[in-house]
Amino acid sequence: MAANPPVIAARNVWKIFGKAPEAYLRSLPAGRSFDEIRADGYIAGVRDVSITVGRGEMLVIMGLSGSGKSTLVRCFSRLHDITGGTIEVDGTDIGSLSERALIDLRRSKMGMVFQSFGLLPHRTVLDNVAFPLEMRGQDRHARRERALEVIRLVGLEGREDYFPRELSGGQQQRVGIARSLAIEPDIWFLDEPFSALDPLIRREMQNEFLRLQKMLHKTIVFITHDFDEALRLADRIAIMKDGAIEQCATPDQIVLNPATEYVRKFTEDIDKARVVHAGTLADPALRAEGAAVDADASVHDLARLLIQDQRSTIPVERAGRPVGAIRRDEALGILVGAR
Amino acid sequence: MAHLPAQTTQTARRRGALALTGAAGALMLLHYAGLLPAALHRLPPERVPDLAVWLDALFNFVKDDLGLLALTRWLTEPLQWMLDVTANLLFGKRRWPGIGPIPWTAIAAAATVLGYHLGGWKLAALAGGTFAWTALVGQWDIAMQTMSVLVIAAPAAFAIGLLLGIAAWKYAWIDRALKPILSVLQTLPFFTYLLPAVIFFKVGPTAGAVATTIYAIPPMILMTTLGLQKVSPEIVEAGQMSGCTRLQLLRHVYLPAARTEILVGINQVIMLCLAMVVLTAFIGMPGLGAKLLAMMGSFKLGRSFEIGVTIVLLAVTLDRMSKAWVARQPMHHERGTPFWRRHFALLAGLGLFVLFCIVAQFVDLAAEIGRRQSLSMGKEIDTAIKAFLNIGWVKATTGFLRAFLNVQVLIPFRNCLLWIPTPAFILLIAAFAWWLGGRRQAVIAGLFFALVALSGWWDRSVITLYSVISAVALAMLIGLPVAVLAARSARWSNRVLLICDTAQTFPSFVYLIPAIMLFGITDIAVIFSILIFAMVPLVRYTIEGLRTVPPEVMEAADMSGATRWQKLVKVQLPLALPTMAVGFNQAIMFAFFMVIIAAFIGTQDLGQELQRTLAGTDLGKNFVLGICVSLMALTFDLTILNWAAARKRQLGLG
Repeated sequence: MAANPPVIAARNVWKIFGKAPEAYLRSLPAGRSFDEIRADGYIAGVRDVSITVGRGEMLVIMGLSGSGKSTLVRCFSRLHDITGGTIEVDGTDIGSLSERALIDLRRSKMGMVFQSFGLLPHRTVLDNVAFPLEMRGQDRHARRERALEVIRLVGLEGREDYFPRELSGGQQQRVGIARSLAIEPDIWFLDEPFSALDPLIRREMQNEFLRLQKMLHKTIVFITHDFDEALRLADRIAIMKDGAIEQCATPDQIVLNPATEYVRKFTEDIDKARVVHAGTLADPALRAEGAAVDADASVHDLARLLIQDQRSTIPVERAGRPVGAIRRDEALGILVGAR
Repeated sequence: MAHLPAQTTQTARRRGALALTGAAGALMLLHYAGLLPAALHRLPPERVPDLAVWLDALFNFVKDDLGLLALTRWLTEPLQWMLDVTANLLFGKRRWPGIGPIPWTAIAAAATVLGYHLGGWKLAALAGGTFAWTALVGQWDIAMQTMSVLVIAAPAAFAIGLLLGIAAWKYAWIDRALKPILSVLQTLPFFTYLLPAVIFFKVGPTAGAVATTIYAIPPMILMTTLGLQKVSPEIVEAGQMSGCTRLQLLRHVYLPAARTEILVGINQVIMLCLAMVVLTAFIGMPGLGAKLLAMMGSFKLGRSFEIGVTIVLLAVTLDRMSKAWVARQPMHHERGTPFWRRHFALLAGLGLFVLFCIVAQFVDLAAEIGRRQSLSMGKEIDTAIKAFLNIGWVKATTGFLRAFLNVQVLIPFRNCLLWIPTPAFILLIAAFAWWLGGRRQAVIAGLFFALVALSGWWDRSVITLYSVISAVALAMLIGLPVAVLAARSARWSNRVLLICDTAQTFPSFVYLIPAIMLFGITDIAVIFSILIFAMVPLVRYTIEGLRTVPPEVMEAADMSGATRWQKLVKVQLPLALPTMAVGFNQAIMFAFFMVIIAAFIGTQDLGQELQRTLAGTDLGKNFVLGICVSLMALTFDLTILNWAAARKRQLGLG
């Protein structure tokens, strides 16, 4: 991953809402807090964020409402123009793109799914899904073919002629997902796609989403306020508060080593054993004897073994190669939830 | 002001209002004692600036020197051409394309199918019945004369309103420029629309179409802007992420998503067009309005009644159909539905239309119902009505009402208003505005009425105001108890609301019919027609206000042991008051509108003078008079609506 140039690279991005945000940002002393900025009459949507997203990676941005996560993702797609800093997509500074070039970028590379679906109420499922294709001027036959293909992909075949209001929430979001995939984007933005759904459907849609991602390998920026969802889906999680990123790391790292008090509070009630994997715990300097465990197994998966096995260190392998060993008492500590 | 605690603001307002009232009272006392100089009682005529002359000069400059007249006369040509086409199609005026008139059966059949398509059998029956009635009572030709203007004016108003609405939504400066113009336009009496239309677009259908169009544009602008602003940001972002250009975004995302508001706008455009097209009778537009005017003028009550019914039926049909269109949501057809099923309504409508066109070639009755064959009962109804009015107790009642109201209430009230010195009157109005809206409102109100005084039409303005106030007061006396009683049960509320809704679609002109029937051509008839017209919004908003009091609050009152009366006075009315105020305001606006129409009966107010200007080319005077009415109406409109909004915020009712 490190060898590849990042797909999205954000450097010192600021987004400030208010009367004259640019001038204000220029005069802004370093280290001014969110509340101080608010006292000046401005709202800092995004505060000095630097982050990269690698090809094929799923970055989950997590935060409570008002933390700036939706604003950040809208900066990535330039639905919002940023106040300061730069955002590069595939090496191009999107802030410098003309309107035409930006439209072309969206028509060829980006797809987005919205919390309340953002479906066009006057168009059928088929026409909604084909909408981005229609906008870029594909002919009727080709866009129908492609739309039917994605509709099948999200499991809505037979509902092509329905109107959005005739569908359930879960089905509507499937339409939203199909629409965002119609142009075969490289980058896929999902803004709390499952938050408006009830818990059972949400679970089902998460599974569906993981299935799609296994097939498609998109670069994904996924927004959620649900920490469990983040842990379940993410390659990396960025936790935001007051417009700034508190910590950006793998789920294991966040649970094991919360960078700030705010992050620690989030992780408090999490069953760490289900999140932390053997590979993360393994000390590469350590070697051990006997049967090895898989690096991708969570501590929870290894529970029985950890309790029964008497070795003090257990070797860890990834794809048959030794990557180090875990200390059994450390793993047991995570399993029983010791601090 | 808003930052002060409510209590302080209230006291400050009361103090301001009291001070102004005191000043007014002092002036009146002086006047009573005969100490007030005449110049302070009324503005001396020689001091009145000659606004009309200045305005005339301005108009002449714009008209001739800037070439506006040439432009409008040039525009008249294509407009005339379009009106000729619809006139030919609908009632067979001898113009290109020379194929009309379309047989009435064909139009009625097409309307029936359209009604069915939009709202099922009920609407089909209403639509078919309306057109059948119109033909059967022998009013087909005049109704089609009216319709031929309507079918041009309504689409024109829609298109212009939509474009301006989009522009106002897109560019804030256009919005800022349009807002005040729109509020003036909405309070301007319709006579003021008519004269410029006549001067710039020739007498007859063209002027009628132009006045109708302009009159119907404002709500379309407002609804378009409102709808576009309400489009959910996510849908817009979805459009942007789909790679829409700006134009694509407007065409494929914004406008379809604002469908409901735009269709509501269309509904309002149609209704206002109908109301206005009837009134264009005053500038010689032939059609239902002209006929009604003639019939009422010669006191033919039966025929007036029939025409009134036709107008009302047309209004209700158009209203229900366009509302059904608003409510209609797209539905999908099952896979494999054959073509004819998908487009059943279209095919059936076309088929019947063609069928009846052919039938009409052979059966004369299907093509046209002549004078002889019509089922008009004008004479009989006329005799019946007059007989009814001559029954002893009916005559006694109307006669008593007429005498009592005139002698005991109305004329003393009018004389009292006329007696008040101008400055005292202005101070009283300002006090009222201060009490309700604060100092800013008071200044605006005082300024507006001072302008009215400057116009030199003070006495007539006061008489106009007197008609409005007394009619609205009477409407409240009758309407409020009715509304309060109806609001007690859901069933009655719905019934009364339905009546109000329907009554509100009637073009204002028809309200004159019952007034003239009962009271003849007298002052009381004027008050009476305003009264019923103004009662509709009063009743409606009162019921709505009372019914929307949150049920928890009512339950809390019940549990506190409140009696019905206590609940009404202490809970329901205070909470309903802001909504009721909106209704009260609308009643006043309606009254200002109606009082001008009632000038036809013969009054001594601004309406009368306005109507007189129509005969000539006195554009300046026409405008001065129109602005006087507009200024008075705006004063109330601004003050009351401001108060209602502020009060709603205070009560946390949104």
